[in-house]
Amino acid sequence: MSADVELQNVSVSFGNFYAAKNVSVKIEKGEFFSFLGPSGCGKTTLLRAISGFSEPSDGKILIGNQDMAGIGPNNRPTSLIFQNLALFPLMSVADNIAFSLEVRGTGKVQRRKRADELLELVALSGQGDKKVHELSGGQRQRVAIARALAIEPEVLLLDEPLSALDLKLRQKMRTELREIQKRVGITFIYITHDQGEALTMSDRIAVMNQGELEQIGSCHNVYESPRTPFVATFVGENNSFYGTVSAVDGDMVNVSADGNNFLAKAGDLGEGKKYTFKKDDKVIMFVRPESIFLKDQNNQADNIFTAGFKAIEFEGNLKNIYMSIDGKQNVRCSVSNAVDTTDLPNSKKVELKFSSRDAVVLPVGPLAVD
Amino acid sequence: MKYFFNKNGPLISTYLIIAIGFWLVFLIIIPQLYMVDLSFRPNIPPLLRGGPDDVYTLTHYKHFLFGSETSGESYNYVDVGVFRDTLLIAVLITLINLCFCYPIAFYIAKVASPNTARLLIVSLIIPFWINELLRSFALRILFAGEGFINNVLLKLGLIDSGINFIAMDVALYTGLNYAYILLMIFPLYNAMDTLDRNQLEAAEDLGSSMLKTHFRIVIPHAKAGIASGCTMVFMLTAGALATPVVLSSPNTFWFTQLIYQWFNMNDNWPRGAAYSVVLLSVSVVFVLLMMKIFKVKIGEIVR
Repeated sequence: MSADVELQNVSVSFGNFYAAKNVSVKIEKGEFFSFLGPSGCGKTTLLRAISGFSEPSDGKILIGNQDMAGIGPNNRPTSLIFQNLALFPLMSVADNIAFSLEVRGTGKVQRRKRADELLELVALSGQGDKKVHELSGGQRQRVAIARALAIEPEVLLLDEPLSALDLKLRQKMRTELREIQKRVGITFIYITHDQGEALTMSDRIAVMNQGELEQIGSCHNVYESPRTPFVATFVGENNSFYGTVSAVDGDMVNVSADGNNFLAKAGDLGEGKKYTFKKDDKVIMFVRPESIFLKDQNNQADNIFTAGFKAIEFEGNLKNIYMSIDGKQNVRCSVSNAVDTTDLPNSKKVELKFSSRDAVVLPVGPLAVD
Repeated sequence: MKYFFNKNGPLISTYLIIAIGFWLVFLIIIPQLYMVDLSFRPNIPPLLRGGPDDVYTLTHYKHFLFGSETSGESYNYVDVGVFRDTLLIAVLITLINLCFCYPIAFYIAKVASPNTARLLIVSLIIPFWINELLRSFALRILFAGEGFINNVLLKLGLIDSGINFIAMDVALYTGLNYAYILLMIFPLYNAMDTLDRNQLEAAEDLGSSMLKTHFRIVIPHAKAGIASGCTMVFMLTAGALATPVVLSSPNTFWFTQLIYQWFNMNDNWPRGAAYSVVLLSVSVVFVLLMMKIFKVKIGEIVR
């Protein structure tokens, strides 16, 4: 069983402070949905409101079309996985997993059977008699998932459960979480500040900032067609060129910035609509570092400009080249490690290019990082 | 030892060794050994001490069990009865104390906001600035035949004549419960404070009722604190003197009152020593037995 979750104009306030403001979203049955945002953006508050640990001060939460107002966390068809997992340290792994059955009065044999089934589901067969502290971080993660699944929830809520793991394990657990979700087929609502996690696992992502939803969409949609400067800079890396509109031709916009004249596409507003600009509007043009190429690379590009070289940074699979236009406008370009860049530090000017299809123009607004 | 000196420097190391050594040897071991030794000696005038009559004897222990040699009873039912009642009531008081303090400690540790918690702790401590004897007398005034409680009940018309709380030992039990309440609350509070709040929420999310969460999560976590609080309250209640002297009914004797009588009124120090050795050793054995039954290790208690 799986249920959809609908938030209708949900606000959660603490005194005068709104941790979540007027959030509306419909999460589909069986969907892997992520709330992505910086710490303090209100995503955990929303999750607690969905799980029933706090009540929204305004608006409605529907799970499976049923209003959840006044229903406590123990009576909602949801199960929450805590950031620190909150496994019970004094109980064995099997007792942890079967705790929800124990408090419902299920017999011992039945409990053990269910625990073993769930251990198999999370690939921990035969570990039921161990104590929690005898398990590794990744194994504990899986015990927490098994424990949450034991009550057969219709919606699983996950509060940054991977944040305590190291990088390799985190990447492995992403795939695993996604597989478990497909196997059990229930709705997963995932909270994270890590855009990599959100992009790799989710069907859809809601980007939040300061208690409000900035954008809801598929991973591709959020990454490629950011609706606000915040989304453009919070999800992935981006170069932001401040400029003014010099000409508009349909969806294509000419932006003059720092003496250059760039061609770029107008940003998406969702539902097939685009932002409309007129001459002299103040705008920001966003181009991702991986969409900017060195001039001698074999890529299509209709924008060509030059920038002064500043530094190069080796990241393993790719190299980040830092440059600036007239010492003011910073430009960052990421190229594959295979690209030869040995001459770059010697040349004062670097010729760069990008395609107008990869550049997005948005009205001026706050960025995620300054 | 060498590591200890290197780590703390000669001055602090010497101070620590002397201070702890003094405490252990002069304030605990020597007096208690003296007391044990005294309990096996006959009660003879000072002049005869060290003389031919001063030999080790079990007479005082015999007296505790079987009474004076002239009595026809099969055992000393007065003293043994007082001893038994004292221990039973001390156990009862400990359990009541635990039931009473558990919710308070839990509220302070896990429910109250930090400011409320501080306020509650302060208001628990401040009454204990008042001397134990004075607190007992204050309770006596409250519970007296013409006391505050009776007056209120009479005025409200709930009773027709005053209730003799003292004779019913209500005053004594209340006083004993109140006397060591902090020694129960603080170990409980310390133990519960370390419990991760998420554990409680996780249990709730998994469908556990409040009661079940306490039995499965909170009590196992706080077990060492519970044991520590119960041990202290039991030992101190069994050994209390001031409160029973002030609050007990004329018919109720606390075992410490007997000890006090042998020491002071009957001037029989060896017998008093024997009685206190009996009280101490039986209490310690009882506590160790309880710890064994509830699987608490002594190391956990001091944690």
